[in-house]
Amino acid sequence: MSNPGFLDIISFGPDGWGHALAVGAWMTILIALAGFAIGSVIGTFGAWAKISGGRFVRMLADAYTTVLRGIPDLLVIYLFYFGGSAVVTAVGQFFGAEGFVSFPGFVAGALAVGVTSGAQQTEVFRGAFRAVHPGELEAATACGMGRVLKFRRITAPLTLRHALPGLGNVWQVVLKESALVSVTGVVELLRQAQIGAGSTSLPFDFYFIAAMIYLAISTVSGLFLNASERWFSRGVRRG
Amino acid sequence: MDIAFATETLVSLLSALPLTLELAVTAIALGAVLAVALALARLSGILVLNWFARLYVFVFRGTPLLVQIFLIYYGLSQFGAVRHSIFWPVLREPYWCAVLALLLNTAAYASEIIRGGLLSVPHGQVEAARACGMPRFMIFRRIVMPLAIRQALPGYGNEMIAMVKATSLASIITLMEITGVAAKIISETYRVIEVFVVAGAIYLAINFLLTRLIAFVEYQLSPHQRQPLPVSGRLKGETH
Amino acid sequence: MNMSAKATPPVAISVRDLHKSFGPIEVLKGISIDAHEGEVISILGSSGSGKSTLLRCINMLEVPDSGSIAVAGETIRLKAAGGGKSRPADQKQVDRIRSELGMVFQSFNLWSHKTVLENVIEAPVHVLKRPRKEAINEAEALLAKVGIADKRNHYPAHLSGGQQQRAAIARALAMRPKAMLFDEPTSALDPELVGEVLRVMRGLAEEGRTMLVVTHEMGFARDVSSRVVFLHKGAIKEEGAPQDVFTHSKSERFRQFISN
Repeated sequence: MSNPGFLDIISFGPDGWGHALAVGAWMTILIALAGFAIGSVIGTFGAWAKISGGRFVRMLADAYTTVLRGIPDLLVIYLFYFGGSAVVTAVGQFFGAEGFVSFPGFVAGALAVGVTSGAQQTEVFRGAFRAVHPGELEAATACGMGRVLKFRRITAPLTLRHALPGLGNVWQVVLKESALVSVTGVVELLRQAQIGAGSTSLPFDFYFIAAMIYLAISTVSGLFLNASERWFSRGVRRG
Repeated sequence: MDIAFATETLVSLLSALPLTLELAVTAIALGAVLAVALALARLSGILVLNWFARLYVFVFRGTPLLVQIFLIYYGLSQFGAVRHSIFWPVLREPYWCAVLALLLNTAAYASEIIRGGLLSVPHGQVEAARACGMPRFMIFRRIVMPLAIRQALPGYGNEMIAMVKATSLASIITLMEITGVAAKIISETYRVIEVFVVAGAIYLAINFLLTRLIAFVEYQLSPHQRQPLPVSGRLKGETH
Repeated sequence: MNMSAKATPPVAISVRDLHKSFGPIEVLKGISIDAHEGEVISILGSSGSGKSTLLRCINMLEVPDSGSIAVAGETIRLKAAGGGKSRPADQKQVDRIRSELGMVFQSFNLWSHKTVLENVIEAPVHVLKRPRKEAINEAEALLAKVGIADKRNHYPAHLSGGQQQRAAIARALAMRPKAMLFDEPTSALDPELVGEVLRVMRGLAEEGRTMLVVTHEMGFARDVSSRVVFLHKGAIKEEGAPQDVFTHSKSERFRQFISN
């Protein structure tokens, strides 16, 4: 059993790793989705801060994006994983628990990915807002739309449309970045491949399969993103 | 924040700085050569080369760098042929495996940036060179390349910064560069914030200097986009 | 001004002693205009004369530094904001008054993510809370009126400039405005498309709509408007019925302006 063939590995049978790898891939997608969603929320506020924030708020947002652009993602993951554990341990000790309490890797990973992709999405949303024709916003004001109505009906959809290509890129980055979350022990795709590699001494096969699954996920989501871009950019003259 | 501890951490992390820089510089330099080759393959008009380059870029951009590192460091040792080949002394070393993975990875991204730069060169300027009787290679060297580099530089700068950050992944295959040392200190002391701040500051400093350097080169390469220097006095006399 | 003479219609828009500066530049230096219901006022002037700023102050796209604006007798409440500037005291009031004024922009400013029909019903449905069905019926009638009923499901980017501007006029009309503001509506158009927009505007004038039109079209000013106002360096230099103003102008500036 120490040397299964390539097809044995991907099979879904009792000796195959197919099921485990599929679960790992699903976990990868979940981490990426959670991280991307957190990043979208941060990005929206970040862009808002940069566009219409006061001096101090703008400075804060600039510092955030500059720092996150300059430091390795892995370091951010460590920050959230170990930092989260430190906080949880402190809280645990306060309530009388003993020893080290570890922070859930999924949460740490999603937060870390969210914070890094939030910096990217801040820039994407800001750039997209810049690309919106100011006259279209003014026309909304001239119709008597209030701030919220104008944002909901005009500003947000127009900005989102310009943001889609950039958001697609961020998604692809997030998907790949999620592999780093394996260092926290979350059994996502790469960690599952590591486990498989360790117990079969077939590291190449497992990492190769993992690579192909990543490629498949990114290709399929790329197709989906292209389709939605086409849908949302209807009404845009294509040159 | 504990200043003594922070200083101690800074000293430990700075001792890892050379390895980080070495990884980044080697990977970027070797990656650039491969990237130019890939970009030229894409634009060569030779179907096989074009498709090979396309596939290369697709695979290396579509998979996580960490998977690529694992494939090279752990994966290749699966094959006896590799273990008994003349490359084994190199492929056994985590350092060279990291360099190899980083350079293969950056080449994929950089080739697209270079290709964009090459495509941005206006056709008319190439035609003008041809009309002057310049041979193909001279046109490439004297006209196309300078214009393409100027165009690709901002994108390439971002890719270099990405590479500096990516060197941190080498720590996962046991290399004690900055992030590796930082992780070790954190797991020994549990003082996450201090270590993170110091390590982050070092990376920020590297990338800040890199950004300034690229901006400087960009400035040097684009005299035509700068404000004209106030030397028009002499020219005035000539024209009027 | 000729308000005392006989029974004039009520004032639709009243502008009193309007001042506005951008930084050190004083763009409007105390402008007063009354637009009575059914009047078509052409506002002329070279670029930088302040004519567009005047129009944009009326619906508070620019907030005047001082002076007052009243629409249908209701004065827009302003409060001091320091540094000689003002700001609206009641944003709700401003939004409501804006919805009572139809604005047509130089660059059309149709919402590019919505079709022509969606552009026209957007504000009636969401600002005025009219039933969608009713808004659609009215929008279709308006699109027919401006001659682009067949383009209802097109996106703005697929229309010519003249068609876009006519759609924008339909959008403004859909608010059932008390008065309409036109900010150089034909300046961004190719010469051959100007006519179709001017024809629509002439039709609106003949309906008896109150219109303030910033324009460079001398023909329109002379033939369609009931009054012409000439602005120069932020002040009114000439004002009166077109036949008077164009034939025997008192101002040297204006004679220069129309001879160009």
